Amino acid sequence: MKIHKFKQMDMNIVIDVNSGAIHVVDDIVYDLVDTYNEKSVDEINNIFEGKYTVEEINEAIKELKELEENGMLNTEDPYKKMIVNDNGPSFIKAMCLNIAHDCNLKCKYCFASEGDYKGGKKLMSAEVGKKAIDFVIENAGPRKNVEVDLFGGEPLMNFKAVKEIVDYARQREKETGKNIRFTITTNATLLNEEIMNYIDENMGNVVLSIDGRKEVNDRIRVRYDGTGIYDDIMPKIKAMVEKRQAGKQYYVRGTFTRENLDFYDDVMLLADEGFKEISIEPVVLEDKHPLSLRQEDLPTIFEQYDKLADEIVKREKEGKGFKFYHFAIDVNGGPCVYKRISGCGAGFEYVAVTPEGDIYPCHQFVGNEEFKLGDIYNGINKHELIKTFKNGHIYNKPKCMECWARFYCSGGCQANNYNFNKDIHVPYELGCEMMKKRVECAIAIKAKLMEE
Amino acid sequence: MKHIKTINMGALKASIAKPGCKECANSCQSACKTSCTVANLECENR
Repeated sequence: MKIHKFKQMDMNIVIDVNSGAIHVVDDIVYDLVDTYNEKSVDEINNIFEGKYTVEEINEAIKELKELEENGMLNTEDPYKKMIVNDNGPSFIKAMCLNIAHDCNLKCKYCFASEGDYKGGKKLMSAEVGKKAIDFVIENAGPRKNVEVDLFGGEPLMNFKAVKEIVDYARQREKETGKNIRFTITTNATLLNEEIMNYIDENMGNVVLSIDGRKEVNDRIRVRYDGTGIYDDIMPKIKAMVEKRQAGKQYYVRGTFTRENLDFYDDVMLLADEGFKEISIEPVVLEDKHPLSLRQEDLPTIFEQYDKLADEIVKREKEGKGFKFYHFAIDVNGGPCVYKRISGCGAGFEYVAVTPEGDIYPCHQFVGNEEFKLGDIYNGINKHELIKTFKNGHIYNKPKCMECWARFYCSGGCQANNYNFNKDIHVPYELGCEMMKKRVECAIAIKAKLMEE
Repeated sequence: MKHIKTINMGALKASIAKPGCKECANSCQSACKTSCTVANLECENR
């Protein structure tokens, strides 16, 4: 597939898949763009007789050919050889540190089995955490930027270890010249003044979980006694965000399920509460789970994304804009093609480490013994598996090679692919459908804002 | 052009000129922990 065309916000948009060029076109060009070089001018004139004049058709074809000559339409893929020839070493420079395999909540959609990843409740010791820092520094090779996400379970259940690990990392940073960026993902229940100040000072990004409206959040994000936490966390999340010094990132992040397919209202609630960096993501659960998203939910989900895109444009124009993570695609920049064709990095640039010190390709694979890559004491022992992940890029995913969005999503989430299809090379289709819709919305938002 | 307005000339292809330093973040390290979108990342080598 060399081009993709779609209509949104009264615009006709054409994407040239391989160059990344984006065009807003009128109706004639929109009608002609996928046939003009397959059919003769006479055939085209016959098809559109009565709709467009011969003169209009000739003019449109001339413009399409001009784009083609300038490498902005129907371009070929020049990138494949870059990745096929990339036999160099890979460097693990990003790590999900599972600080606590335990959680004080019992959220109904938790992929980590209420925090313990089916392996029993356990907190990471500072010693394991420090060893993990050493592991990532040693394995990052020439990469200067190293990322460590403090994750769980609920990492703040083990705040003492967090502080020790971060202190140690800062010392190792000085010794090695690396730049270690910490992020923390928390359910916000344990935030207090001391912890908030600490997070603001030490974390490059803080991800604060809340699903939106009180009734939505409290149906799913509950304590062990079944009570909801909205009233507890909302003031804490606000206080944390207010504290966040200028330029420092945060995300107020939620999940939508089958029970709130009207998630537009949840995004809006968070925007109206004053948050500027918002992410509401689709839940990923097996089909039989009552909260799972299914094929039949897609029209509703798409309608919600459309509504959200329209509102984001409106608010942006009014000077009241906010960032919705999945629409935050920089069409004129973003990651280079080398990054886009190498995928998410799981299993060869990014790994997860458990409280025991075991290493997995990412947080989603934790607990699946088949995917255990090694441990922080003895290093990686499944080098073949690392190679499998490194080669798990779009050029080895036949379905991705037929998809126009391959340079935006880069082949999707390997764990989702594996969990649904038992093969990291076969994309999780429901995820693909939503991803494509979000990329269309993101591009339409940019096009609309540039238009005016 | 009368019929076409180009809003992006092909940033993807142009990025071949970049060194491909791989210093940028990994997608799951940001807000997303389940729905990887590599295109959301920022380039460290602008």
